[in-house]
Amino acid sequence: MTRVLVLHLAVLAGLAALGAVLPAYHHGMMARILMLAVYAIGYNIAFGYTGLLSLGHAMFLGAGMMAAGLWVQQGGSAAAALGLGALAGLGAATLTGVLALRTAGVSFMIVTLMFAQAFYLTLLYFGAITGGDEGFPLPAAGRQLMGLDLSQDGPRYAVALAIFAVALLVQLALVRSRFGRTLVAMRENEERSRMLGYNPFTTKLAALAISGLFSGVAGAGYGLLFGYVGASFATIQYSILPMLYVLLGGAGTTLGPLLGAVLMFYLIDTASSLTELSLAVIGAALLFLVLFAPKGILGTLRDRGIRWLP
Amino acid sequence: MAAVTLLEARGLTRSFGGLRAVDHVDFTLNSGEIHALIGPNGAGKTTFVSLLSGRLQPDAGQIRFDGADVTRLPAHARVAQGIAYTFQITSIYAGLTVADNLALAVQRHPTRDLAGETARAAARVGLGDHLGQVAGLLSYGHQRLLEIGMGLALRPRLLILDEPTQGLANKEIEGFTALIRSLLPETTVLLIEHNMDVVMALADRITVLNFGKVLASGAPAEIRANRAVQDAYLGGHHAAD
Ligand SMILES: Nc1ncnc2c1ncn2[C@@H]1O[C@H](COP(=O)(O)OP(=O)(O)O)[C@@H](O)[C@H]1O
Ligand SMILES: [Mg+2]
Repeated sequence: MTRVLVLHLAVLAGLAALGAVLPAYHHGMMARILMLAVYAIGYNIAFGYTGLLSLGHAMFLGAGMMAAGLWVQQGGSAAAALGLGALAGLGAATLTGVLALRTAGVSFMIVTLMFAQAFYLTLLYFGAITGGDEGFPLPAAGRQLMGLDLSQDGPRYAVALAIFAVALLVQLALVRSRFGRTLVAMRENEERSRMLGYNPFTTKLAALAISGLFSGVAGAGYGLLFGYVGASFATIQYSILPMLYVLLGGAGTTLGPLLGAVLMFYLIDTASSLTELSLAVIGAALLFLVLFAPKGILGTLRDRGIRWLP
Repeated sequence: MAAVTLLEARGLTRSFGGLRAVDHVDFTLNSGEIHALIGPNGAGKTTFVSLLSGRLQPDAGQIRFDGADVTRLPAHARVAQGIAYTFQITSIYAGLTVADNLALAVQRHPTRDLAGETARAAARVGLGDHLGQVAGLLSYGHQRLLEIGMGLALRPRLLILDEPTQGLANKEIEGFTALIRSLLPETTVLLIEHNMDVVMALADRITVLNFGKVLASGAPAEIRANRAVQDAYLGGHHAAD
C-alpha cells in the first residue's frame, strides 16, 4: 500500500512542480488536461474497472457543466457550482443507468449513445437558456473560488490540480476497497459474481453513478476554470475522448486516465496544427489502440512485471 | 429426532424447447444432511440445481427454503439467504489472484480481518501456498478446489456442489471427502456426483434422476438395492440376484 501511495503522491508533486515551471501556453493546456483527466477517471471507473462500455458519458460531462454554468450565471458561487455539477452528473448517470443497464454489450453502447444524443438535442432546443451550440461565457464574479481568481493562470492551475488530486485519490481508495473489488469482479465474470450474492444491476448502477459524479465535477470544473459552457461538450466526440484516454493510458489502472489524457491531448493538438483532419486522427488512434495495444501503456507495464500497479 | 426440512421443491418443471429437462420433481432436503443427486448424463441434475439456486427460472412448481417461498427470488438474493452453488464447469475469476477470488466470497460477511480470513479459506482447500497466483494459471484440479473454496467461504446454510470431484486426483478426493464431512451439521450439502465411492462414503440420502424425473429416493442401501436404479444407472447388474 505504501509503495502505491508514494507513487500517486509523487505524481501529484510532479504536477505541482510542473505548474511552477511551465510556460503560459502549456500552463493553460495542462489545466485543461487535468479536468479532462478527472473526466477520464470517471470513465475509467465505469469502463476500466466495471467493464461498462458507455458511449454516452458526454451527457454526464455536459450536465455537470451546464448545471454549474447556469448556477453561476444566476449569481451563484463557484464552490456550490462544483457541488451542483457533481449532483447533475450523478443524477444523469443514475437515470441513464436505471434504463440502460437493462441491456449489456452493444445494446448498452447504443442506448447510452442515444441518451446522450437526446440530451444534446435538448440543450440545443432550449438554446434560449443554454446558449445552444454557441454556449455562453461565465461572469467574472462567479469565477472566484476561496479567494482565488480562476481567470488567472496560477490560481486556475492550482484549482485544477486540487480537483484532480481529490479525484485521483478517491479513485485509488475506491478501487482498492471491497466495493472496488466487486466492480472488477463484475467485469471479469458477472455470472460468478451473481452466484456469490452480488446484485449485478445495483453494483453496475452504483459504478455508473460514481462515474457520472466524477464526470459532472469535471464538466463543472472545466466551465468554471475556462469561463465558458456550451452544448458542444455534450457531443459524441466528448463521449469518445475519455475512452481514448483510458485505452491509451491503460483501462483499469489508476494513473492511466491522466497519462492517456496528456498524451492524447498533445497528439490531437499537434495533429490539428498540421492537418484539418483531427477527427480522423482520433479514429486512427482508436483503431491502433484496439488492435495493437488493447491494455494501454500502464496495463501493458503491469502485465510485463510491475504487478503492483493499481 | 424428527428431520427438519431445509428445502422443499414441489412439481418443479423446466423445459428447453421441446425437451423437459426437469419434469415435475418433488424433492425434500433435510437440515444437516448430505444428500447426493445421481443419474446418467443429461438426466437434468444441473438443470434441477440451477432451479434451486435461481440461475434458471422454473416453468412450473415451487421452491421453499427455510419455510419461505423463494421461487421468484433472484439468484443473488438466494445466495444472500444461504444457498451457495459451485459450478460444474469451473467458473472463477481467471484474471484475478486466488486471494482476490476468495476475498470476493469472504467479504460477503462483515469482517475486520479480510486478509486473515481469506488466507484461512485458502488453507481450507489446500491453496494456502497459492494466494498470490493468478487463478487462471492454476492447474485444473486447483481451479476446482478454488471453486469449492469460494462456495465454502460464503458460509452457506446449503451448499450445492455440481460434480466437485471431476478432475481431482485421488488424494485430492480424499481431502475433499473429509472437508465435506467437517461441514456438518451447520451446512447442509446437496452433492451431484458420478464417483459412487464418494457418494457411498458421504451421502445420508440419495435421489436418482432419470429423464428429468425422480426415479428413486432413499438411504444408500435402499438405492443400491433398487432394481429400477440398477437398470437405469448402476449398469444393469442386479445386486440382489
Ligand atoms: N441451456 C440449455 N439449453 C438447451 N438444453 C439444455 C440446456 N441445459 C441443459 N439442456 C439439456 O437438458 C438436459 C439435462 O441437462 P443437464 O441438466 O445438464 O443434465 P445433467 O447435469 O444431469 O447431465 C440435457 O438433455 C441437456 O442437453
Ligand atoms: Mg450436469
